[in-house]
Amino acid sequence: MQESLETVFGAMPFILQGAGITAGTVLCAMLLGLLLGVPMAVGQTHGGSILRRAIGLYVWFFRGVPILVLLYLFYFGLAYQVSSLHFNLAGREFSVSFELSPFAASCIVLGLTSAAYQSQIFRGAINSLPAGQLKAARALGMRDSVAVMHVILPQALRLSIPGLSNEYSILLKDSALVSVLGTMELMSRTKAIATSTAEYTAFYVTAALLYFIITILGVRGLRRLEKTLRIPGYTHV
Amino acid sequence: MTTHITSGSAVLEARGFCKSLGGKRILNDVSLRVNKGEMKVLIGPSGAGKSTFLQCINYLIPPDEGVLFLNGTPVAPSVKRELYALRERVGMIFQDFNLFDHLTVQENVSIALVKVKGMNRGAAALRAMEELERVGLSRRASVYPAQLSGGQKQRVAIARALAMDPEVILLDEPTSALDPELVGEVSAVIRELARGGMTMILATHQMEFARALATEILFMDRGEIIERGAPAELLASGGNTRTRAFFCKLAAEEGAC
Ligand SMILES: Nc1ncnc2c1ncn2[C@@H]1O[C@H](COP(=O)(O)OP(=O)(O)OP(=O)(O)O)[C@@H](O)[C@H]1O
Ligand SMILES: [Mg+2]
Repeated sequence: MQESLETVFGAMPFILQGAGITAGTVLCAMLLGLLLGVPMAVGQTHGGSILRRAIGLYVWFFRGVPILVLLYLFYFGLAYQVSSLHFNLAGREFSVSFELSPFAASCIVLGLTSAAYQSQIFRGAINSLPAGQLKAARALGMRDSVAVMHVILPQALRLSIPGLSNEYSILLKDSALVSVLGTMELMSRTKAIATSTAEYTAFYVTAALLYFIITILGVRGLRRLEKTLRIPGYTHV
Repeated sequence: MTTHITSGSAVLEARGFCKSLGGKRILNDVSLRVNKGEMKVLIGPSGAGKSTFLQCINYLIPPDEGVLFLNGTPVAPSVKRELYALRERVGMIFQDFNLFDHLTVQENVSIALVKVKGMNRGAAALRAMEELERVGLSRRASVYPAQLSGGQKQRVAIARALAMDPEVILLDEPTSALDPELVGEVSAVIRELARGGMTMILATHQMEFARALATEILFMDRGEIIERGAPAELLASGGNTRTRAFFCKLAAEEGAC
């Protein structure tokens, strides 16, 4: 017992760095999901039928395909194939090559997946607003884009925070999957060090605690944001 | 039908409005013209099509047929610019207020000044305060709609519409979502507007309004205007049977029949 604890303490900086990478991955993915999810939700609620259908397909794709499959597909498939491009421009050969880091690939795959889920959170929130809000905005001469930006979204985003909190904790758990790409995040570091020291219980318990702490921090943060943004006297049912 | 077939152009004229929704004819060839400073009162049973008609006028619900004239000029709402201009010139008050819940009272009034009229924030805020003063709510400028009573909400909604400096205001049962004791404060504001020469089209169940303020009452039922006339004529003669039955029912509710 004593020995296990000492081993864990010794490895703590290594593990904590992994926790930082995990938190960074989830944060990036949440942000990417937000940036894509909001316009997708607006498109789905106020866009034309083609746009709606396209977004619907996107959502179904990312809801239907396991993240693990997406990770392999994206990192070892797509990203690998386009990592070096050769093309011919005005008679001259160009070649570009770049390398996508496992971290970036993880953020992108988790972010694209989260966008699908987040778009549905925002869509629900937009639809839950009384129809009179948009009507009143239009009646004042606002363009729909202005009405969405200044009337619909500020209210819908507030209502979305509890859903986002949920999405955050799920995303955090899903982030353990990116260890398959070789990102040195919390899960892969734990696995590596647990195997090499044979202290499985001690290290996995530590990892579980750290995941739990990251969850709490994020959920608390969002809860605080919700309170800060709360409209006085307003209770939405 | 002696009134207002005057020369010169009406501030607003709706000609031949038709609308079907879900395979059902909601409006059937409804026309109305209103001159400057007049108040037209639409009255009729629930489901008659009053709200639909009012919302067709500013194309919140696009009518299937019908032309709208503003100061004698037909509006082409398929052109976006004309549609927005129309809505800027025609204010609307809703039965359930529809204030923007996330904005303060003052921001509710000023937002369209900034986002539609392109005023700078400072000027818009000042203008908003003037309008709030007019409806007696300047002291509540910094609270949120959820902190107001129904009557106060509706007065803010009126200030919000007035701030845009509309030529006509459409009012859809502005007092019917209010507790009885709050009706008076809103009615008073509307009465004041009428006295100030504001051009209005009002849908209501409140006979009191119709009697006191209407330049013309239009009785609507099943998507058509069945009868119209000055309040004195229509209420005295009672007009056709359907109209009379309806008025009598209303009067009974007010305890006068
Ligand atoms: N989207 C819709 N689809 C189908 N029918 C509709 C729709 N909107 C309204 N209606 C119908 O149109 C008719 C007229 O409705 P409207 O709200 O204009 O009546 P109203 O005169 O304002 O009634 P009230 O006094 O109750 O406000 C009603 O029978 C209503 O059921
Ligand atoms: Mg109505």
